[in-house]
Amino acid sequence: MSTAVFVAGLGVISAIGNNVAECVDALKSGKAGISKISHLKTNHSETLPAAEVKLSNAELASITGFSPSISRTAMLSMVSAKQALDDSGINTIPNLRTGFVSASTAGGIDKTENFAIPFLTDQSKGRLRDVLHHDSDSITTIVADQLGIKNHISTISTACSSSANAIMYGARLIKHNMLDAVIAGGVDALTRFSLNGFNALMILDEQYCKPFDENRKGLNLGEGAGYVVLVSERVAELLKKEAYCTLSGYYNANDAYHQTSTSPTGDGPFEAMQGALKMSCLQPTDIGYINLHGTGTQNNDSSEGAAIERLFRPSYPKMSSTKSFTGHTLGASAGIEAVFSTLAVQQGLIYPNLRLQTPIKQFSFAPETAFSKNTDIKHVLSNSFGFGGNCSSLIFSKI
Amino acid sequence: MMKAYIRSAASISPQNTFNHSGFLNEIVEYQTNRLNSIEPDYNEIIDPKQIRRMSRIIKMSIAAAFTCLKDAGVTNPDAIITGTAYGCLEDTGTFLANTIEYEEEPIAPTAFVQSTHNTIGAQIALLLKCHQYNNTFVSGGASFENALQDAMMFLAEQYSSNVLVGGMDEITDASHTVLSRMGLYKRNPISNIDLFKSQSKGTINGEGSAFFLLSNTPSKSDLACLDGVGTFYKPADLNETEQQIKAFLSAHLIDLADIDLIITGNNGDKKTDAVYYDLQQNIFKNMASVTYKNLCGEYPTSSAFALWLAANMIKSNNVPSVLNQTGDIKSTSKILIYNHYQNIYHSLILLSSC
Repeated sequence: MSTAVFVAGLGVISAIGNNVAECVDALKSGKAGISKISHLKTNHSETLPAAEVKLSNAELASITGFSPSISRTAMLSMVSAKQALDDSGINTIPNLRTGFVSASTAGGIDKTENFAIPFLTDQSKGRLRDVLHHDSDSITTIVADQLGIKNHISTISTACSSSANAIMYGARLIKHNMLDAVIAGGVDALTRFSLNGFNALMILDEQYCKPFDENRKGLNLGEGAGYVVLVSERVAELLKKEAYCTLSGYYNANDAYHQTSTSPTGDGPFEAMQGALKMSCLQPTDIGYINLHGTGTQNNDSSEGAAIERLFRPSYPKMSSTKSFTGHTLGASAGIEAVFSTLAVQQGLIYPNLRLQTPIKQFSFAPETAFSKNTDIKHVLSNSFGFGGNCSSLIFSKI
Repeated sequence: MMKAYIRSAASISPQNTFNHSGFLNEIVEYQTNRLNSIEPDYNEIIDPKQIRRMSRIIKMSIAAAFTCLKDAGVTNPDAIITGTAYGCLEDTGTFLANTIEYEEEPIAPTAFVQSTHNTIGAQIALLLKCHQYNNTFVSGGASFENALQDAMMFLAEQYSSNVLVGGMDEITDASHTVLSRMGLYKRNPISNIDLFKSQSKGTINGEGSAFFLLSNTPSKSDLACLDGVGTFYKPADLNETEQQIKAFLSAHLIDLADIDLIITGNNGDKKTDAVYYDLQQNIFKNMASVTYKNLCGEYPTSSAFALWLAANMIKSNNVPSVLNQTGDIKSTSKILIYNHYQNIYHSLILLSSC
């Protein structure tokens, strides 16, 4: 079994930019993508801010070549996956076994919502094409078909840790020599289903979210897609451009505490981070930056913080939650944050945690509030934790 | 890749497969195009306080998972991996309908919380207090195969010595109506016993949940060995399908002549069954085969039912007469399951006696 897996391509679309360069500019200038909801039709548009991608379905359709009536999820996935594929240059190498491992929590439910309105009053009503892409797999396959990928296609759904598990699975397929390259990550569009679900749970902040602040009130939902192209060492050597970094460690653990909330002691998060460190053969002090899960809910941030304190005390790495920019993009979040983490380790970037006024009092650490570059980071840890106790951590390391 | 040992298997299906003495001694007949699972008395398996909150797919799956663990003598597995195409459809439908009916006014979050695809794997972990690896694949007709692949990779990595892996999907009233409108099922009522008699358009809807305890070390009570799993996607033609099957077998260092029995995924639909008939005229010619969807109906994770079937056939060295058989079955030592779902994902699962 080969050991090293390299990150060779990046693609991202989120509320702070339609590509990698735009997102990095926003991260540098501290410009959040959260605002009043304008694309999604919802009764909550005046009261619940969210981080929408700043393109309409019609605009996304013209970029992707998809029909404007297709799920927004498919279009966001296509934009980001295509960027990652093009950036990697793997298409210049003939006969590669390339896979597509995508993640999503809501799939094409944005269209199912349209279908359900007439269907619920008359079961012979509702346009069937609106429910054709309900399941996440059909989103994955239409994007795979458009990208021309056939060797391996799979879809993972483990709530908010989904795309971390997609990246992990992609890396393992390469290590087991089943594939040479994998586009791995995830996507979620903002939907009424998710918005009302999180509203029902009463964990949405009516103001802009404040991750890791003592006075945090909840999360803002976001949308987008983020993919990395993972390649084997052999493929990395064949590519013209040097790979960004390696994916040196990962770990998946379950908190097994509650269906929606994480344990106060952060057991699952602790095991995920510790497991990833062990796989990378690193000590906690080797980590230069943590891209926090940092949703801004009372529960997540205190649980994640408790786990960080258990693992890193007394010397903490720099850390921040980029969800203060992008909102919580659910199944896409670990994919988007994998892109940010890759750039952080490659270029020595540390992103600010926006709107942090009072760091959580019980903890002896505080996230970064300013952007910095050219720092001497060698390893970046990215955390993603979800409903059902699914906790996953990834470690990206400098080449 | 190293093989895995199937220590136990439990299936809840439209047949008497669960906690039932005998191995498919008789077929349960349905005069409809919708085959629902025969559900056990959950009170004997799950804490009654927990049952109230659980949807049908969660109950079926927890019951199958717990029984599988009990039969294997494993209290806490080293990994829990599930594959489901549609996930928790009932809870998804409930929350969606409530959101629309109450015009987005705040409603109870229970259905939303249980609507996520990882709910089943998560509930098993929660009830067992299992902190280990936990993953859920939602890859349509390859969901269960991906879960199996993940499980086998895990065993090969030796992170774990045993993995609980399952495949499940449920029918809801809404999903049956919608998929019927899409033309998936036969329009006229048909007996599942006669599924393969008239080659007409459409199949019959099915559901079920099957779990397996896989180990990387053998034990005396193993049902069978799982030699490998493979999938391929949208083959262009018969030639590509044949090449994929041959490549899979040669990767496992055998060829078709070594296979005693093929389990194929025919579902009675004239169009999609053509794939199986074409193969029977070609590389599967003169091979003994059985089909199984007259028992469980068609659904994206029906290959989990097929694996349950294959493992039990190997263990018992018996091919139940309720299976639709072609050719002369001499042995059940090496079985290949070949299935495709709507000609999108095709899958191969290879098993042998231990």
